[in-house]
Amino acid sequence: MKGRVLDGAALVLADGDSVATALGDLDDGREVRDGDRTVTLADDVPFGHKFALDPLPAGETVRKYGEVIGRTTAAVAAGEWVHTHNCESTRGRGDVAAEVER
Amino acid sequence: MRREFTGYRRESGRIGVRNHVAVLPTSVASSCVARGIAAEAGAWARATPHQMGANQPDEARAQTERVLVGVGRNPNVGAALVVEFGTEDIDAADLADRIARDGKPVETLSVREVGGMAAALQRGRTALDSLNEAAADARHESADASELVVGVECGGSDATPGIAANPAVGDACDRLVAAGGTASFSETPEFIGAEHVLAERCVDEETRRRLLDRVERREATADLIGVDLRGAQPSPGNQEGGLTTIEEKSLGAISKGGTTPVRGIVDYAERLPVGGGLVLMDTPGYDVESVVGKVAGGAQIIVFTTGRGSTTGNPVAPVVKVTGNPRTWERMRSNMDVNAGAVVEGDATISEAGERVFDEVLAVADGKRTGAETRRMEEFAITEVHPRELAEVRGK
Repeated sequence: MKGRVLDGAALVLADGDSVATALGDLDDGREVRDGDRTVTLADDVPFGHKFALDPLPAGETVRKYGEVIGRTTAAVAAGEWVHTHNCESTRGRGDVAAEVER
Repeated sequence: MRREFTGYRRESGRIGVRNHVAVLPTSVASSCVARGIAAEAGAWARATPHQMGANQPDEARAQTERVLVGVGRNPNVGAALVVEFGTEDIDAADLADRIARDGKPVETLSVREVGGMAAALQRGRTALDSLNEAAADARHESADASELVVGVECGGSDATPGIAANPAVGDACDRLVAAGGTASFSETPEFIGAEHVLAERCVDEETRRRLLDRVERREATADLIGVDLRGAQPSPGNQEGGLTTIEEKSLGAISKGGTTPVRGIVDYAERLPVGGGLVLMDTPGYDVESVVGKVAGGAQIIVFTTGRGSTTGNPVAPVVKVTGNPRTWERMRSNMDVNAGAVVEGDATISEAGERVFDEVLAVADGKRTGAETRRMEEFAITEVHPRELAEVRGK
């Protein structure tokens, strides 16, 4: 697997990934350079967590490792923290299904 | 890159990287005695105490037997003592015979027959002395990486196994497979969400079908006992570490097996081939039980990736700990063997970290002791067949 480190701050695991993984606790407002563009963090992003590299509309697939890891449940701006509050599994959410059945 | 190590040649032809005498209890009733016998014998004696009862349903008993026979046959074991309490369904003599088919010295001991605990401890020690002498006759000879069967395990995940430790170990697996060896990873529940990627890598339709069948069965079993894996994963700890979805966790998890084709999938504790390339094993996600399954399958060494930290070891196979989390490397230094955190810190590429893992595996095969071995971390547990799963199997 080939990884690309952005600015010593974040890791992009494959070309075409829409999120980068923080390699340290990154503060809101931090600028992370990715080649020609700069992504400004809109949230604090803890070590190991992800932020969006591109603006993602609600319902858009999220890619990491060059694969789909889920889809957005709300519109996400570039630089925003991507986690369970705005991204869900595309392969079934048992907890949600159980809620609906009740 | 180093490829040679010195190991113990067994009559079966397989090569061990350690020369232990295993003390195998047939049930929980003889586990304490087995532990006692091994504890006073010396560092070479290793007990495998477990929790299984004297009477088990047929399916569960068969699984317990397969694990104990497999551990006895592991090439790291030079001789074995099977200890029964004397009221078990499992027949100690039968287990001993199955282990001895490899030409391995094996003896049995019955706690009831010899007159209780004190007598059993005494007889056990005498038996171990002579078994150790027999094991010491093993030829200590040079072997090649192609004779290694390495099991890969993961425990205590955060985001770093997926981005550093697992890809580094995967790179080491690719090196091992290229050298002609066998790499095996398991934990079927962690294939869910990435099974389509694994299925595409299977060498033939039969392997692909078996793989998808095992994944489906693990999911159905979880459902049967009231656990929705897709809803319950990633766990709260994983989420705190940055893992958002089960796909993300599984894609990170499968990277620890490397990138070579999937040549086969075997059942829990079933024999792993030598020179087999990448072969998966169907095991539960619980790391101790999963490690035991692969050791029973013949893995001489386990490589264990962890982000949040782990101290897990095994009685007969050295467990090499690899962490991709620089903080865990610092905080749990005495339990860790390889630092893949250099990848996270930008000081090493995945390939460089992979080479370090491979070198460490060869050094451990050659006798270097792991952190878990030094501290005698020796967890042992056999996976249970859940009662509802049994009922399902029997169509009730």
